[in-house]
Amino acid sequence: MMTDEIILEVKNLSTYFHTEQGQVKAVDHVSFVLRDGETLGIVGESGSGKTVLNLSILRLLPSSVTVHAGGQILYRGRDMMSLNESELQQIRGNKISMIFQDPMTSLNPYMKVCDQLMETLILHQGLDKKTAKEKSVELIKHVGIPDPKIRAEQYPHQFSGGMRQRVMIAMALSCKPDILIADEPTTALDVTIQAQILDLIRELTREMKTSVILITHDLGVVAGICDTVAVMYAGRIVEYGTVDEIFSNPRHPYTQGLIQSVPRLDGSSDHELFSIPGSPPSLVNLPAGCHFQPRCSKAMPICAEKYPPEIVNGNHRCCCWLWHRGEDRG
Amino acid sequence: MVEPLLKVVDLVQHFRISQGFFRVPKIVRAVDGVNLEIHPGKTLGLVGESGCGKSTLARSIIRLYRPTSGKVLFQGSDLAQQEGDALLRTRQNIQMVFQDPHSSLNPRMTIFEIIREPLDIYVRRGLLKMNRGQIEKRVLELMDHVGLSHRWSNRYPHEFSGGQRQRVGIARALALSPKLILADEPVSSLDVSIQAQILNLIKTIRREYQQSYLFISHDLAVVQHICDTVAVMYLGVIVEKAPARELARRPLHPYSQALYSAAPIPDPIKERARRRIILQGDVPSPVSERVGCYFHDRCPHRMPRCQVEKPQLQEVEPGRSVACFLYDKGKSEPR
Repeated sequence: MMTDEIILEVKNLSTYFHTEQGQVKAVDHVSFVLRDGETLGIVGESGSGKTVLNLSILRLLPSSVTVHAGGQILYRGRDMMSLNESELQQIRGNKISMIFQDPMTSLNPYMKVCDQLMETLILHQGLDKKTAKEKSVELIKHVGIPDPKIRAEQYPHQFSGGMRQRVMIAMALSCKPDILIADEPTTALDVTIQAQILDLIRELTREMKTSVILITHDLGVVAGICDTVAVMYAGRIVEYGTVDEIFSNPRHPYTQGLIQSVPRLDGSSDHELFSIPGSPPSLVNLPAGCHFQPRCSKAMPICAEKYPPEIVNGNHRCCCWLWHRGEDRG
Repeated sequence: MVEPLLKVVDLVQHFRISQGFFRVPKIVRAVDGVNLEIHPGKTLGLVGESGCGKSTLARSIIRLYRPTSGKVLFQGSDLAQQEGDALLRTRQNIQMVFQDPHSSLNPRMTIFEIIREPLDIYVRRGLLKMNRGQIEKRVLELMDHVGLSHRWSNRYPHEFSGGQRQRVGIARALALSPKLILADEPVSSLDVSIQAQILNLIKTIRREYQQSYLFISHDLAVVQHICDTVAVMYLGVIVEKAPARELARRPLHPYSQALYSAAPIPDPIKERARRRIILQGDVPSPVSERVGCYFHDRCPHRMPRCQVEKPQLQEVEPGRSVACFLYDKGKSEPR
């Protein structure tokens, strides 16, 4: 369950890349907090910077391509930016772990599943080989894989997509981390398997009191599993709030458009779907002012001049000129 | 009763996979006896999980594969038996839109050339009478229809975003004014805001051209939004067929029930109140020969009979059929 203790605080984080076309502002002035036991959803379309944001938090991006990485990432009060590689090793995979979209490319095809699990346990928990092996079979059983003893001796290619994702979850949760970052964990899976995996993530993180950052483009998944939501557009968080607030009372025109453009199983099919005109901007050549302004139906002259300030309303934050001076113009 | 435009009868599509010289080849039962009908101006949705045979079915219908057995009757003539010009003449009326607009457009052709290619082929074979000017006029007209600017005629596919590439794919499929379009996951690779644009485009075009569609998708909400009738596929067979809204409201087959209960709804309050049916295990491999109901090993309602006997698709309500022993003919309440 969620408490008030803040375990991760991201302040003004920016990650820029240098490319031949120019500077790419993949993550730009992003701030949010993650509380103990909270599940935070980060939604956005492809190229909105969701994944880069999370790779930046774990400092997994090579410094050779990152031009400017400003801001602070405070994990339990310690700034991740000032840690050296060995201090980072103590946190990565141990206190903060990650699961990726495609479990086939993130598991080593040459290693047996149990060996891969043992690696983490030996490295972070200092277990000897025998105990680590026992523990890894136990973990495989815990994530609901049948015949754990036999499966432990197999290679990733012998597992189905859903089972591979279970192995990834077992590995990520083997050290009982404080934070689990799940980057589109169910995107490659079918709906019935997606339901199984989301169920598993929900149960295990509740049991271990782990906070979760869930990156996804699927609003349905967010609605089902998250406590709070951050909506990203072109490298920035444009709206942030509790899941109920975001879905029942979205304030940013982009969030509103996103919610209205999804066909719903419980909706009628007679109407035309709402669609946001145009397509997301290139991060090399961002529009002036608010990045959403060229596609926004409510754009005003000021939107093209200055990036809107963050309007805070209780726990609900939104970057849009419409809400400036607290006027209810939405 | 109106004659259906397309009628698929007992279609079977098996593939042999060789295991080496001395081994007996295995057989993948991708489509294992499918019956369906598409009426003029109607859209049939086909849903199911990956590997259930949705795409293979579409490809067998349009004869990209030669069906193992069964009939594909388009306006009464059997596509499965046609060859050469006769096949091309039928295909003029059946076109396909593919899932991945990256790999289904030739990267070395401009979009103008891509859209005119079907017209060129039919003119060259003498199946269509159009001169050069008419063809060019038609291509520009198609570009207008799908919302592509004429300025972009000479650009190559890589210069476009996914959504625009899918518009090119749709324009190409429309070029020969087909009566039926097979759309295989046309919006799956697109972002939400672009997906809505393409769905609206398909709806508008469908209305203008009075076409029929076979719309394949794994996204149940998309299918319910765009289709009149929906067929649920599992391991190469159709287990339920019903009007789209009815199916979403009250699925009857245990597999459809699990599938629909697993699909998320973007509404936190509704999500909290929902009860999911979590299926055990994965979809079995279509390689092994199966006895009984194909779903019996994962079914929460299985009975001894399900393991030995294969249920047939039977009508339980007007316009609704289910292949499950829980339902008696003409009754939509489980016994």
